[in-house]
Amino acid sequence: MLTTLHVFLLQSWQTGFIALRALRRNRLRSCLTALGIIIGVAAVVAMVAVGNGAQASITAQVSALGENLLTVFAGSKRSGGVSAGQGSASTITLADVKAIQREVTDVVAVSPEISTSAQAIANSRNWSTTIAGESPEYLQIRDWKLTRGSMFTEREVRSAAKVAVIGSKTALELFGPLNPVGQGVRIKNIPFVIIGLLESKGAGMGGQNQDDRLIIPYTTAMKRLTGDRYLRSVNLQIRDAGRMTIAQDQITGLLRQRHRLTAGDSDDFNIFNQKDIAETVSSVTGIVKLLLGAISSLSLVVGGIGIMNIMLVSVTERTREIGIRIAVGAQPAAIRLQFLIEAITLSLLGGLAGVLLGIIAARLVGAVSNFQPIVTLDSIALAFGVSFAIGVFFGYYPARKAAALNPIEALRYE
Amino acid sequence: MSSTPLIQLRQLAKTYQTGDVTVHAVRGVTLDIARGEFVAFMGTSGSGKSTLMNTLGCLDQPTGGDYLLDGAGMAGRNRQQLAVLRNRKIGFVFQSFNLLARTSALENVELPMLYAVPVISRPERRQRAIAALAKVGLAQRQDHHPSQLSGGQQQRVAIARALVNRPELLLADEPTGNLDSRTSIEIMALFQELNASGITIVMVTHELDIAAYCQRVIVLRDGAVLSDTINDQPRSALAEIRRLNDLAPAATRS
Ligand SMILES: Nc1ncnc2c1ncn2[C@@H]1O[C@H](COP(=O)(O)OP(=O)(O)O)[C@@H](O)[C@H]1O
Ligand SMILES: [Mg+2]
Repeated sequence: MLTTLHVFLLQSWQTGFIALRALRRNRLRSCLTALGIIIGVAAVVAMVAVGNGAQASITAQVSALGENLLTVFAGSKRSGGVSAGQGSASTITLADVKAIQREVTDVVAVSPEISTSAQAIANSRNWSTTIAGESPEYLQIRDWKLTRGSMFTEREVRSAAKVAVIGSKTALELFGPLNPVGQGVRIKNIPFVIIGLLESKGAGMGGQNQDDRLIIPYTTAMKRLTGDRYLRSVNLQIRDAGRMTIAQDQITGLLRQRHRLTAGDSDDFNIFNQKDIAETVSSVTGIVKLLLGAISSLSLVVGGIGIMNIMLVSVTERTREIGIRIAVGAQPAAIRLQFLIEAITLSLLGGLAGVLLGIIAARLVGAVSNFQPIVTLDSIALAFGVSFAIGVFFGYYPARKAAALNPIEALRYE
Repeated sequence: MSSTPLIQLRQLAKTYQTGDVTVHAVRGVTLDIARGEFVAFMGTSGSGKSTLMNTLGCLDQPTGGDYLLDGAGMAGRNRQQLAVLRNRKIGFVFQSFNLLARTSALENVELPMLYAVPVISRPERRQRAIAALAKVGLAQRQDHHPSQLSGGQQQRVAIARALVNRPELLLADEPTGNLDSRTSIEIMALFQELNASGITIVMVTHELDIAAYCQRVIVLRDGAVLSDTINDQPRSALAEIRRLNDLAPAATRS
């Protein structure tokens, strides 16, 4: 019994050669036909690489926020329905911070935060920057290091000392390449001494430059700069990643109680969980990646239709050849296989060229942007798999048409 | 060898339906062709010769009656079974050669072996194709493409291709129709030689001169057999060539 599979196995090898030769004969046309697939695959590979790179870069930024970080923001102040932004309301006080420290045992480090913008003047240079009031534990919470000098101490916090550590960008603007440690800087006409230089952290979440800032004791900021007794936010480090949710619930309960909120009231603060942010961000970038992939997959379908078109033309052009093959005893399965292999070869070669082009395109994107696209093996495998499937799918109809030709009519075809 | 005729036609009919018009191309042909015969079909244009040959060659299915090849009926066979039969048992030679262009003589001859079941190995294909080309006198031309060969040479390549799977039946529809008379006689000499080695040959011609080389002449008219005559003394094509050589020793051989 001759089954189609039998014929397939026995003759696919020989048929492959026939198909390859037919493609070589029409080299230019083969290349043009494969162009659709080449562009489609290149688009998929490059887009997915860009998506991966963006995701990795954002994830890195999120984890750069610090490990096991919880941030409690004062709620947003509303006036006439317009929100003034996170931390603008006056709800969180130092007493709240003390209470959290006392009652929430999983909290291992705390930094109350006040933040304002101000002109910093040094050496007759003038630079507008962010002034952040923090505690000495801030660097531990944010996993941030100093390249020179040291952080202010608890004692300096207690005495509201006029000391500051400086971000690398701010240092560059105010002091150029000189060592800023030991230099003086005036903020709102108050003289500060710079005691430490922060290592560079690059752009943070939301794009603001984390290196452009001066960090001073929160007491100093409250007393001497803002005159405000309310905090913008509190940065908290939790002992263990597994305790984040529990700690968050405890803090919520504690603050609601302290702020005398009843069951009907909504929170007058917001707690951000670094893990939540990371998950949200990665799910968003995942969707973006999927969209990019889907859009570029469309071009693969267009490429597939191009292959089908050329295969149909090819079947018509080679009617006589097909007639001869059938007349000398080629079984329909062998003819079908020949044209199917031609289509698959076209799309696989297109896929190969597309992968190379996609990698080059990803490199180019990397060269002109501030993140590195990541070409993954699975996207390459996927691109090949999809090109193979396209070859089969769009090659099948022309192949079947070829195999169904009537040999007598085919031989008469001019 | 069995005693059943190689070909048995029983009330074989073929009608073509084109729109409202029904053409009875073959109407009720009944005849036997034994192994080793060398038969010529003759008849005016449109008398159904090609239709009959295509049916004999399993390129087409009859619409009525039955065709038994080697005792096995053809009715109800599917395209794949017919393809296997064509590949194994039948060699077909066409008036217009039907070689693959841009493909060497050798590869043209290898073609039927590509589709043989079970598979024939590459070295064996090559060796058999070379032998077949040698048999038709084209050993030196195996790398030539059809466009580099004369009509007679192209038809020889086609004959080599028809022979390469060692068929029992060689069918030829006006094989000399596109050739000059001298080349035609050479092709007939080749056929006579093949027939002498045991292969059954059925051909179509409308030239009495050519039919004279065959052992049996069947004349068709309007799709039916008009006459069926045994030719006791077929002419020898080889002798004819010698005679022509003697007449015009300077004539170029193709
Ligand atoms: N595919 C076809 N469709 C319709 N009519 C056909 C077809 N092939 C052949 N015929 C008709 O069948 C008759 C016999 O044709 P054919 O067998 O080619 O004759 P011959 O080879 O003797 O010249 C002719 O009348 C021809 O017009
Ligand atoms: Mg005819």
